[in-house]
Amino acid sequence: MSGAWLPLATLATSLLASLIIFALPEHRHSIRTTVNILAATLKLALVAAMTWGVFQGRFYGISYEMLPGVRFVLRADAVAMLFAGLSALLWLFTTLYAVGYLEGSPNRSRFFGFFSLCVASTLGIALAGNLFTFFLFYEMLTLSTYPLVVHRGTPKALRAGRQYIIYTLGGGAVLLLGVVLLYQLEGDLAFRETGHLMGSDPARYPALIGIFALLVAGLGVKAALVPLHGWLPTAMVAPAPVSALLHAVAVVKAGAFGIVRVVYDIYGIDFAASLGVLEPLAWVAAFTVIYGSLRALWQSDLKRRLAFSTVSQIAYIVLGISLFGPLGTVGGLVHLLHQGIMKVTLFFCAGNYAETLGVHRVDELDGAGPRMPLTSLAFTVAAFGMIGIPPLAGFVTKWMLGRGALAADMAWVIPVLLLSSLLNALYFLPIVYRLWFRPLRGDWPAERALGRLETHALLLWPPVFTAVLTVLVGVLAAAPFSPLAWADLVALRMYLP
Amino acid sequence: MSSLLMAGLLFTPLAWAVLCLLLAFRAARLASVIGMLLQMALSLALWAWVAEQGGFFYHLGGWAPPLGIGLRVDGLAVTFVLLTALVGAACGLHAGLYLDPSRPWQRYFWPLFWMLWAGLNAVWLAGDLFNLYVGLELITLAAVGLVVLGGAAPALEAALRYLFAALIGSLAYLLGVALLYAEFGSLSLVGVGEGAGSASPAASFALLIMLFGLAVKAALFPGHTWLPPAHGIARAPVSALLSGLVVKAAFYVAARVWLELGPALEAAVVGVLLGVAGSAAVCWGSWQALRQPQLKLVVAWSSVAQIGYLFLLFPLSHGVPEAVSLQAQQGVTLQVISHALAKSAMFLAAGNLILSVRSKRVEALAGVSRYLPLSLFSFGLAGVSLMGMPPSGGFAAKWLLLQASLASGQWWWAAVLLVGGLLAAAYVFRIYRASFQEVEESDPFYHPPRSLEIIPLVLALLALGLGLVAEPVLSVLGLPFGGEVLSP
Repeated sequence: MSGAWLPLATLATSLLASLIIFALPEHRHSIRTTVNILAATLKLALVAAMTWGVFQGRFYGISYEMLPGVRFVLRADAVAMLFAGLSALLWLFTTLYAVGYLEGSPNRSRFFGFFSLCVASTLGIALAGNLFTFFLFYEMLTLSTYPLVVHRGTPKALRAGRQYIIYTLGGGAVLLLGVVLLYQLEGDLAFRETGHLMGSDPARYPALIGIFALLVAGLGVKAALVPLHGWLPTAMVAPAPVSALLHAVAVVKAGAFGIVRVVYDIYGIDFAASLGVLEPLAWVAAFTVIYGSLRALWQSDLKRRLAFSTVSQIAYIVLGISLFGPLGTVGGLVHLLHQGIMKVTLFFCAGNYAETLGVHRVDELDGAGPRMPLTSLAFTVAAFGMIGIPPLAGFVTKWMLGRGALAADMAWVIPVLLLSSLLNALYFLPIVYRLWFRPLRGDWPAERALGRLETHALLLWPPVFTAVLTVLVGVLAAAPFSPLAWADLVALRMYLP
Repeated sequence: MSSLLMAGLLFTPLAWAVLCLLLAFRAARLASVIGMLLQMALSLALWAWVAEQGGFFYHLGGWAPPLGIGLRVDGLAVTFVLLTALVGAACGLHAGLYLDPSRPWQRYFWPLFWMLWAGLNAVWLAGDLFNLYVGLELITLAAVGLVVLGGAAPALEAALRYLFAALIGSLAYLLGVALLYAEFGSLSLVGVGEGAGSASPAASFALLIMLFGLAVKAALFPGHTWLPPAHGIARAPVSALLSGLVVKAAFYVAARVWLELGPALEAAVVGVLLGVAGSAAVCWGSWQALRQPQLKLVVAWSSVAQIGYLFLLFPLSHGVPEAVSLQAQQGVTLQVISHALAKSAMFLAAGNLILSVRSKRVEALAGVSRYLPLSLFSFGLAGVSLMGMPPSGGFAAKWLLLQASLASGQWWWAAVLLVGGLLAAAYVFRIYRASFQEVEESDPFYHPPRSLEIIPLVLALLALGLGLVAEPVLSVLGLPFGGEVLSP
């Protein structure tokens, strides 16, 4: 019995929270915050319980016929829990952060309502048991993030929202076409570990290659693969918690996660490799890694720099997938988590600088370290992690990816990884240098006193905690239930039928 | 049991039409609320009955055709009867609060409303071509009257245009019916379908002219020009009724005629032509919706576009395997239902928004998202269904139609469906965008009563949830129709 209710309850937690929040009047702040945090905690507990069950090999799932011949399926497997765990954990922090960030600003009822809806969609994406159900939640995510992107209601925000929606709805239409064609051809959209297309008639191979291209192009929009990445840097005008949601918790991850599902659970990694579709994907990913880093170098706006860094970092995940082999898989999957934890820290910190000091540009950060030591420490740790300095999270990823590339005889990936690490250092280290070693240049652009600490407590502790996590997942990578251990489990189940 | 239900279902709207003619606005409103509840209960009971026991023929007053009137009570018909009850009751309740009782002519809303309801039920249930005609005429006259309730001179002008278009459509249809009667000596749909074994020029011409007339009445491009002014200028609940239900009646008749006669008469070209016109409607209607400065005209032009999808039924149900045709029929039926729910929700919400911002223009919506979230939310949810985004009924319809068009090898209709969805997103997001603008720090808007805001929300939620229960709904539509006769 618990097999059916646990995934449903997980999904319902945020849906219900969203409905309650929409129904609450704007001025009921404390009730809203309580509901938010209760829901986030409960959801984390449910996901943890489900993860434990999946680890022990228990089955959680529910399905019913939604349209003639097409089923709505929720199913918890190892990959699903990877993504669900990430979003549930980071949602809790992002919620706490958002409560502090939006204090005293209007439209909070709308914000938190759609915020919960976003996370419900993300959980749905994680738990979807077939491509059809995945698509439902994928589009729901698009719609529920729009109000968050345009939250400020300024002309700039509205323009960003328009660009976001053009990209994502266009991608959604391409994805839908791919899904419909696949259903026409094979009549089966289920996700199965090791995939289920390898028995397909060879005459269908060209069609399957075309469908793969459509699916990846549709998903690549959210995953911000070059040249489909244009919306992401523009969308950074949104409030910082929304950026965290876009870059770390939900949106770009949904795209990358979709590619994981398509490659492993629909096509099957062996079959995809034999079709020859993985190598072009690897090129696109490698190009995106370099291109994103190069663009990040030239950005003077802090959040914009971080946004281009996301473009580059998400492509690591895709690169790991397209390296044919268990090690590459582990590297890609583990980066799904690692990048989330590090990027959320960076965006929280960027938000803190903007809210507390009014600093938006990199060159205004001189001397911010002594003024906001904990925030700057967190930022430094996450930046080092991104560069891949051992033993932090990013190093684990790059190590696995490098080994995967060698194992797969794709040695050309190694220079890409090295170059990208160099570029990461080039755009992150100057920031760190400015934070700690440059003298203060005068008054801050718009300094505000928020609480007794260096900034509002709810703004301070989330990034500090995620920075600690960045260290822990790197240092304790070999421990059971670390992201790496879980990614190993996933890869084991994916490669051994 | 079922004959009592049928009697009640057909009798109530006519009786209430007469009753309301005699009463003043408020009294008629009270009476109508009772009538609507009764009608809802009857429709629901009939639907449940048919869902359990299957469809039947019903001879009105016990007189068998051709002398009496034979009604065909099948899964499709009762679903539309139920849909009419839902949307009709929602619009009626909304109108009761929305219309201003102090204007003397507003009290004619109620008799016209009930006549419209009677006509709609007659069309859904009619088993022969002539009664379909009678139902359509009843609908037309009531609908034109309702548009005139808008009051001012432009409303009269729009109503007259509507009347002329609708009369041309009716005449064309009637001519076709007469030709078919001369050819086959029968008016019942089944009889004509059986008679049309081979293609005869007269029957082909009759089919053609009937479809022409019905297409004009359903506002198919390029015969759509009457729709935006009429639906744009009518009072919001009236627009909701017209866009949600009335245009569907003409389409329903066209579909029934086509499915009976189309295959026999080898009218593939006609089917493709209708499909092309539908596709043009999708593109042109959406484009116009994007450009309209007034909120209600955006919604009205969106109807032109959404009706275009319905006409994809014609190419997708002709000369294709049975399974594909069935998919297309299911998809179009879902589109009819979800559009009826979503569009009426959207018109009612638009009416509320116009009431609140005291302007008909789209730009006036700035700040609405902050101060009137509920009305905007209903509008937005309805928009989700119009865009064909999951999990709405519009998405389910799009999915089935995409399947049908790809399975039949007619991939170009799939392109229309995908592009149409994006165009719909363009005009819906234009409204969101306008309303998300932040302007004033204080609330400048009139706040309508909560009940006015709840009604469109319920309809929009139904449209949204329809996709999740599409399979059970479709299974009632596809019930086997035994054809046994039940009479009192």
